[in-house]
Amino acid sequence: MTVVTDVVCPLCGSVCDDIEVEVEENKITKVIKGACAVGKSKLQGHERIKSPMIRVNGVLKECSYDEAIKKAAELLAKARRPLLYGWSSTVCEADKVGIALAEEIGGVVDNTASVCHGPSVLAIQDVGIPCCTLGQIKNRADLVIYWGSNPANAHMNHMKRYSYISKGYFLPGGKKDKKLAVVDVRETSTSKMAELFAQIEPGKDFLLFSAVRAVLMGYEDIVPDEVGGIPKEKIVTLANMIKESRFFITFFGMGVTQSRCRQNNIVNAIQTTRAGHLHTKGAIMPMRGHYNVNGFNQVCTWETGYPFAVDFSRGFAWYNPGETASTDLLGRGECDVALIIASDPASHFPADAVKHLARIPVIIIDPYHNPTTEFADIVIPSAICGIEAEGSVYRMDNVPIRVRKVVNTDYMSDEEIVERILEEVRAIKEKEGE
Amino acid sequence: MEGIKVILISGRTIAQGENLENKMSEEYFNAVAICELNEGDMARLGVSADENVKVKTDYGEVVVKAKKAKGYPEGIAFIPMGPWANALVSANTRGAGMPAYKGLDAVITKTDEAVLYITDLFRKYKEEAWKK
Repeated sequence: MTVVTDVVCPLCGSVCDDIEVEVEENKITKVIKGACAVGKSKLQGHERIKSPMIRVNGVLKECSYDEAIKKAAELLAKARRPLLYGWSSTVCEADKVGIALAEEIGGVVDNTASVCHGPSVLAIQDVGIPCCTLGQIKNRADLVIYWGSNPANAHMNHMKRYSYISKGYFLPGGKKDKKLAVVDVRETSTSKMAELFAQIEPGKDFLLFSAVRAVLMGYEDIVPDEVGGIPKEKIVTLANMIKESRFFITFFGMGVTQSRCRQNNIVNAIQTTRAGHLHTKGAIMPMRGHYNVNGFNQVCTWETGYPFAVDFSRGFAWYNPGETASTDLLGRGECDVALIIASDPASHFPADAVKHLARIPVIIIDPYHNPTTEFADIVIPSAICGIEAEGSVYRMDNVPIRVRKVVNTDYMSDEEIVERILEEVRAIKEKEGE
Repeated sequence: MEGIKVILISGRTIAQGENLENKMSEEYFNAVAICELNEGDMARLGVSADENVKVKTDYGEVVVKAKKAKGYPEGIAFIPMGPWANALVSANTRGAGMPAYKGLDAVITKTDEAVLYITDLFRKYKEEAWKK
């Protein structure tokens, strides 16, 4: 038995990097410390896809990696409107090759941001963002606001490592030196810990941001008695908490991005943060879901100029979410082949988008069986990044972290698989050109 | 029986997260094919915990198990993110690329119909897809 320290968790955007595990016979047998329940569940493993498979007469039949990769390349090379979707539970190195593949075949490449923080990305492009690292928040933020986000369930170590519960250099007392405010439509485990909890009516976030912003800018008199179900008194209290803090941070989640007004909520949230700068220091940060959802956006931006939903069908990078995002493409029934990697759109897309996946050939690259494999015609199992393969990922605060290889595996990595598909596609195209 | 009108939201839960990479399992089914409601709404519907309810929006309908939960105002229902919640969501993103997953108008009724297991739910999708 060996103890491995400083293991990096490949689950959520918090990317905890202080995990200790026990390894026995090339398997993680125990998580000693560091990981939350959700991370622990992933590190300890689930049932895997045993072999590459190709669907023959409606049934998935085992085959070799070579066969599956060749077949996948053939499908992609002849596709007229291929979609390459996922890329968030894998490393940047695989993402880079995936973008090259999309360019090669004139496809659309998109990651899971389009159904989580895509609106945040649009808002940041619109008005920029005052940001900082999680280290700065831990050491300096004496007011933590979670808005439409429930880290106690979704990012379970977030408060302990980086925000309200963590002990910082300038805030050695931990939560004794800090204040917590929560805005949510329902009472959550996070809201129960808060000094101020504003239980907002669904879809009223834009209005509440505007009200807080008005108070911060000195226009308290124009705020009505109640906004989105929150009494004016509480709105003024929240604004005063911001004014009186030495450094405030607003973390926002899908409660804001997936509700009415979508990206406009985030524009208003960012501008509310800026209004806070009239009084004190502060920043705002999206609570990114997958451990490398941010990484894909980084790689895609430096490779193509755009963060997600990039369409290469014109021969150059074209970006217009609403037209080129995966849900729109599938909802319109537009794509004719889908390559899905490191994600599960069958579970997380609206039903009508999922139904289109049933109509077209689907290639999936993933370590595990999931509902998308139910639709797949080619299944290519891969090594689990952060456990069986290494690479770079970006934490929610844009800090790159190297995830480690903890155990050996016979599974190919995502990077190798996509690289091999790209080589095959190039070979097919070269042959066609002859 | 008359249904109740609710605003439907979805989101992550611990049990959903623990089975994120274990979706074909019974644990995931039990964690996600549910609808949380407050006590008053459960009484208005005439259902007790673990009885089945049908949730219907303009875009689809799905049967899930009712669960009593604290902390919800009356008229708000929660289904953890996953295939059952998404059966009720439109693929029209209104130009944003992002579907409206939260804040949907829905009607909930008590039902004797069974909750579809994950493979059955997707089999139904495949059949519907080819009909279209």
